[in-house]
Amino acid sequence: MTTESRRLDGNAAAGRLADVFVFDATVVRTRCGTCGTSAPLGHYHVYADGPGMVVRCPTCEKMIMRLAQTPGHTWLDMGGAATLDIGE
Amino acid sequence: MARAAIRRRLTWRIATVATITRESDTARRLALRIDDWDGHLPGQHVDVRLTAPDGYQTQRSYSIASAPETPTVDLVVQRVPGGEVSPYLVDELRVGDELELRGPIGGYFVWHPDTDSPLQLAAGGSGVAPFLAVLDHHAAIRSSVPVRLLYSARSLGDVIGRDRLDGHAGRGVSVTIALTREQPPGWRGLRGRMDAEAIREHTTPADALPRVLLCGPTSFVEAVADGLVAEGHPTTAIKIERFG
Repeated sequence: MTTESRRLDGNAAAGRLADVFVFDATVVRTRCGTCGTSAPLGHYHVYADGPGMVVRCPTCEKMIMRLAQTPGHTWLDMGGAATLDIGE
Repeated sequence: MARAAIRRRLTWRIATVATITRESDTARRLALRIDDWDGHLPGQHVDVRLTAPDGYQTQRSYSIASAPETPTVDLVVQRVPGGEVSPYLVDELRVGDELELRGPIGGYFVWHPDTDSPLQLAAGGSGVAPFLAVLDHHAAIRSSVPVRLLYSARSLGDVIGRDRLDGHAGRGVSVTIALTREQPPGWRGLRGRMDAEAIREHTTPADALPRVLLCGPTSFVEAVADGLVAEGHPTTAIKIERFG
């Protein structure tokens, strides 16, 4: 499969991120730490067919988040995200 | 109500299959009864989790295909050949069976009926499911927002929700169906893959400032999104839900 055909979006990450956050992650305005793109997480690209899930910037394709889950354990790397702007 | 539905922490819960109806040759509508369902917004989805007798678990996301006004929460599941989950849901599941799910999920890919902007929907295959919820909700609240749906399916037998879509067309929704692989004799709709001309001719012009929702296979929705951007639609007006 090509990279393009594997691509999902932030909507596909919402259920798994709901294990971590009490807010709905898809509407959270997220700023890319590399290029500064700012958009709701639902607009970001997601690749979920590996052992973990990777969220990438829709503009520069740099990694924003990585999430891996095993029974009883969740590991989240948000090193690529500069900020999350969470509305009421 | 809707906001509470989005903000509450999600937990896995039990849904009971109330009815199963045929939506196309390969798709079924599973109407689910869920106790204490707090409602949803049209466009939201749920995660369904299946557990094998040996404890192995797998989950999939399915759009909610019913309007918030509907007493059941309906999913439209299309059988994916060789799939791990959909053949079970389409062929094995029976009325009265229970499913584990969590939702509603996602406040991004939704239609908010609170502004007058026209709505442009484009679906590939079973990507029409969330738009069945949008259109039923649009009808239920007697919304005056102009809506157009551009829907691409492989053949007439693959078209999901035909009767409902005919009903919506009858009350003024513009429904255009493109059949990509096989057309019945006398077919008057579109043929083949969505190209720039079809997108230009059968979608709301950019100067009407529509909000756009696209749902379907990744290659389809990205091609339509590119076509709409070329027509002058701002990327911020376009929300996409990809299947992969």
